Amino acid sequence: MSTPAGRFTVSELRERIARFEDGSAHARTVLPFGIPDLDARLPSGGLALGAFHEVAGGGNGAIDGAAAALFAAGVAARTKGKVLWCITRPDLFAPALAQAGLAPDRVIYVEAGDDKTVLACMEEGLRHGGLGAAVGEVARLSMTASRRLQLAAEGKSTIGIALRRWRRQTEAADFGQPTAAMTRWRVSVLPSTPLPVPGVGRHRWLVELIRARAGESADFELEACDDTGRLALPADLVHRPAAAEGWRRGASG
Amino acid sequence: MTRVVSLFLPTWSTDRLRRKAGDAAPPAEAPLVLIGREESRRVVLAADAAAHAAGLHVGMPVTKAQVLVPGLIIQDADPAADTEALERLAAWVLQRFAPIVAADPPDGIVIDSTGADHLHGGEPAMLDALIGRLLMSGVAARAAVADSWGAAHALARYVARPTFVAPLGHGASAIAHLPLEAIRLPASMSADLRVLGFERVDDILAQPRAPMILRFGPELGRRLGQALGQSAEPIEPIRPPDLIEVRRAFAEPIGAVETIARYIGKLAIDLCTALKDKGLGARRLDLLCHRVDNRVQAVRVGTAQPVRDSKRLTRLLCDRIETIDPGFGIEVMTLAATIAEPLACRQLISSLVEETAPDISDLVDTLANRVGERAIYRIAPVSSDVPERSVRRIPAMAPDNAATWPNHWPRPARLLARPEPIEIVALLPDHPPVSFTWRGIRRRVKRADGPERVFGEWWRRDAELAAVRDYFRIEDDAGERYWVYRSGDGEDASTGSHRWYLHGVFG
Repeated sequence: MSTPAGRFTVSELRERIARFEDGSAHARTVLPFGIPDLDARLPSGGLALGAFHEVAGGGNGAIDGAAAALFAAGVAARTKGKVLWCITRPDLFAPALAQAGLAPDRVIYVEAGDDKTVLACMEEGLRHGGLGAAVGEVARLSMTASRRLQLAAEGKSTIGIALRRWRRQTEAADFGQPTAAMTRWRVSVLPSTPLPVPGVGRHRWLVELIRARAGESADFELEACDDTGRLALPADLVHRPAAAEGWRRGASG
Repeated sequence: MTRVVSLFLPTWSTDRLRRKAGDAAPPAEAPLVLIGREESRRVVLAADAAAHAAGLHVGMPVTKAQVLVPGLIIQDADPAADTEALERLAAWVLQRFAPIVAADPPDGIVIDSTGADHLHGGEPAMLDALIGRLLMSGVAARAAVADSWGAAHALARYVARPTFVAPLGHGASAIAHLPLEAIRLPASMSADLRVLGFERVDDILAQPRAPMILRFGPELGRRLGQALGQSAEPIEPIRPPDLIEVRRAFAEPIGAVETIARYIGKLAIDLCTALKDKGLGARRLDLLCHRVDNRVQAVRVGTAQPVRDSKRLTRLLCDRIETIDPGFGIEVMTLAATIAEPLACRQLISSLVEETAPDISDLVDTLANRVGERAIYRIAPVSSDVPERSVRRIPAMAPDNAATWPNHWPRPARLLARPEPIEIVALLPDHPPVSFTWRGIRRRVKRADGPERVFGEWWRRDAELAAVRDYFRIEDDAGERYWVYRSGDGEDASTGSHRWYLHGVFG
């Protein structure tokens, strides 16, 4: 007697799906952030290598995308090998990338004229497989383009990051469209970590995980990358469990 | 669409003579003419800029020139050497600018720049680079780019100051206002036309063509057609004798993309064998496809390091296959290593001991051929405190040197190309701003760091002798962090204007 489809339980189906995905999903390695709360939210405990991710700035920050760029630089800094950074406007300041852990020797800039060329160069970089990361600054990203990038990255150890930045706030609507990115992040600035003396403390960001394939979205309040590209939990949140609890509750969405 | 650059060297003979003489050359302000015999008369065959300014011109009797300009330097002309030097210059242009180049004697070079300009950052940038390199080596030059050889030739000689870019698909309009001589007519013919009252190109264009040709001969029609781009004028590319080149002729013209790709692969293998015999690697490759209609389609690719790997070369060439228009078919394909350099052999690092860094030079080559060599770079530190001077571009494949910037002060992720003036409320001399207005939005400053004082670099410009900038890192209510500076130290007006600028945005 043949097994009717209805007899499969949910767990059996999950197992079957896992078996289908065996080739890609399980072989894939990840790049952990080193922050347990953050890594726990991501499938397999970190940012997937050989995959394509998206980072945008939140609010006004999207236009200059400064925080998002540093977030991407921090991720790229923790990979191995050269980093390809495709830009359309040459306003990225290399010393700042060095301060986020990305030494000038490691970054190769490609000044592409438009989004289309940026995407093509990124795809070429991902397909090559010898890079640590390929970052591209684009305003628009279609489903087809993101799908191509994801396919190009698969099976390699290169991480692909699309840095979404647009000239006008009205163009932000494109960020609402679905893409094939493995994870999507939004990074916006928060007032810096208070110091006991006057002055600007360590930069602090609100890092929102808007979408994670096979994961849930969440948001975190983190301190900006240090000079090795690592993010950190703000000290006041670590030492004040009550406050930390409050933020975890808020993060469930 | 074909694009042709015509390079005009107005004082080529005298420039060449001065360059050859080196330090012994007559000073630039001394008028110099080169003379030769025209039947029994001694006439001026070339005059430099100073001689032109003194009123001398080519074709003038030497005795007259001597009377007009006291202290005139006279030397014998050597047209054969001039032509030979022009060929050498054309070979230099071939290596650096475009795959199809020919000498256009007596005083010009013609370059088919179709599909080559993007590697130099566009047509205006390409012309500027070309002219600039020649001027630096002491050769006066003007250049124009147009849709046909004839039009470019005319524009370079009559319009370019020193460069001119005719719009794509310009037709007759670009050359219509030029004098008759611009379209390369024999001197006697243009003189005859002038007698009949024709002065400019559009005067002839307005006339019915057939009676004109009947009266003046087919040469007029041919030159007009060439100038307007109606009749073909193929450029016969120069081939320097030491060029490493392989060639394949087809019994039957080919046109399909797969066929072209297959033969590129075969040519690449042949070329690599030729390179191997000489111990060289290719730095620049030119693929020329000669079509049955006598046009040549060219593809040029460059590599960051010498390469002798036929697979890689094939890949680079095949990336640009869509730019080849086979027309009715290609009958001959040639592949040349225009620039070849000694290939340094390296010992492989044992993979058992340490990890080898993946070789990405092939990726860099692929991208450089797509976006241009200038658009792919690394940024290296320069020891300068002035932020915009602390970075410089180096080639993407430059060796790693682990140099970096000092890490005393945070630097913004985005640096504005030009600092933007902001309205500010601040206590002088050394307090950070209290509030500021940038792009019409007023922000209150919550926290600030600074000042970081940057002194002007007096060894660069006198104006920077006393100049000072005070940089502050400021954070507003919403947590946005900016890099602002005050020009001047806040006390002494000679150190700066005391205006405030926003120079960057922190993440």
